[in-house]
Amino acid sequence: MKFNTGKELIKLCNDLEHSIYEVMILRECELSGKSKHEIINEMHSSYDIMKQAVKSGVTKDIISISGLTGGDAKKIFENSASIHGPVCGAFMKKAMAYSMGVLEVNASMGKIVAAPTAGSSGIIPGAFIALQEEYNLHDEKLIKALFTASGVGLLISKNATVAGAEGGCQAETGSAAAMAAAGIVELMGGSPEEALHAAAIALKNILGLVCDPIAGLVESPCEKRNGLGVSNALISAEMVLCGVTSIIPFDEVVEAMYKVGRSLPFELKETALGGLAATPTGKNIKIQIFGDE
Amino acid sequence: MSELSVFDVLGPKMIGPSSSHTAGACRIGKVANKMTKGKIVSAKFFLHGSFSKTYRGHGTDRALVGGLLGFDPDDQRIVYSFDLAREQGVSYEFIETDLGDVHTNSVMIRVENHKGESVYVTGASIGGGNVVITEINGLKIRFTGEYFTLVVPHFDRPGIIAKVTARLASNTVNIAFMRVYRHEKGQEAFMIIESDEIIDQDSIDEIKWIDGVTDAYSINIRH
Ligand code: SF4
Repeated sequence: MKFNTGKELIKLCNDLEHSIYEVMILRECELSGKSKHEIINEMHSSYDIMKQAVKSGVTKDIISISGLTGGDAKKIFENSASIHGPVCGAFMKKAMAYSMGVLEVNASMGKIVAAPTAGSSGIIPGAFIALQEEYNLHDEKLIKALFTASGVGLLISKNATVAGAEGGCQAETGSAAAMAAAGIVELMGGSPEEALHAAAIALKNILGLVCDPIAGLVESPCEKRNGLGVSNALISAEMVLCGVTSIIPFDEVVEAMYKVGRSLPFELKETALGGLAATPTGKNIKIQIFGDE
Repeated sequence: MSELSVFDVLGPKMIGPSSSHTAGACRIGKVANKMTKGKIVSAKFFLHGSFSKTYRGHGTDRALVGGLLGFDPDDQRIVYSFDLAREQGVSYEFIETDLGDVHTNSVMIRVENHKGESVYVTGASIGGGNVVITEINGLKIRFTGEYFTLVVPHFDRPGIIAKVTARLASNTVNIAFMRVYRHEKGQEAFMIIESDEIIDQDSIDEIKWIDGVTDAYSINIRH
């Protein structure tokens, strides 16, 4: 089960008449020597942690260790918005709240699954759990979709990066959105090709996004970018499920993302020296939290 | 690098907020735990670079103490590690310092046990929760804890390494990697042995009895 590019993965899927998730499970069996059952169980335990984090995120009164974030997810989850109802629809509002809630749990030293990183850990759970509730899906389906998502994450890790320090936020929340989008497409009956189209679209949508966390903490703008990421994942999946394709193929998008990431100055790659972190307010917050240097 | 598992991509499972500043810090703390004989009574954490500047906001401090108490990065007790340390009579201190030309997320930990013996462990958290241990008791070494790792301090004398590997072979432990480090010829040295499989306690005890071997520590931070 060796593949290095999206193209190779699709070929493998087509040759074996497998979905991406099936290839990923078989690959993991080969790699770890563990049984299918054990591997699926392990993914199940990851999904349980995601669910728990979502639940805490929107129901508990959370405040981060730095004091910078907390309470926003709950606000979104509980507020019935205007009398006309939520602007983006109840489903999108819930997905947003879920993804942001996970980031708040993370920032308050709660338990999460890095997906693919801690800073982007809300996007996959937000999208998956909202979708599960909307369509009353069995856990098993979502767990399969987690394997699909990890296939995309693996391809990006192999050919580019998922670290903000290396590729900016496009590499973190962009990858998470791409992974989620692919998972959703396969879950909703799309083919492996279509899954990668959705991943490509999600990455393209936020190509160039910089990593500029205030005070260097995984809180702001990270939390809201998870809200953005979940919508990015859902709209990208929706486009593809309606028959839209990515004009630039997945592998080329990943390469472009990597090149853009490399050409970003280091101030915009997690060092908290540029972007929002370097605004007067951003700097002030840093001084409030860590004192003057 | 070995092929990534799906659980490297979708993982680690961890206590937030940061895989490098929290999960990795916890793992370095856990190595210090494993390298200490007997009961830990105190620890000093010398924080370098980004660790020294941002440790409070990232919970690096609680993660280090949690690791020192033997917790894994996904153990919720990390959050209360300061209280738990106090309950167990373990005192701790954080010192912001400059360890020189090392990775920006580095920490040197000095642990003292109930007999007043101390051990120094230095490590770096290099991203995604992965760590590299770079120094033990002033000796530059290198291991990641990705494998089942055995650290064997011994005297730099002929034949000792052969005896250790023979002992492992007879217990059918397959060595994936092995390196030897020493201060000076004939003095204290360290063997770092990494294996895909767990190294059982019997093998470890037998290795400790080999003449010239001073001790053996099984370090297992990923499993
Ligand atoms: S801004 Fe940086 S730290 Fe925050 S989510 Fe994006 S990549 Fe991660």
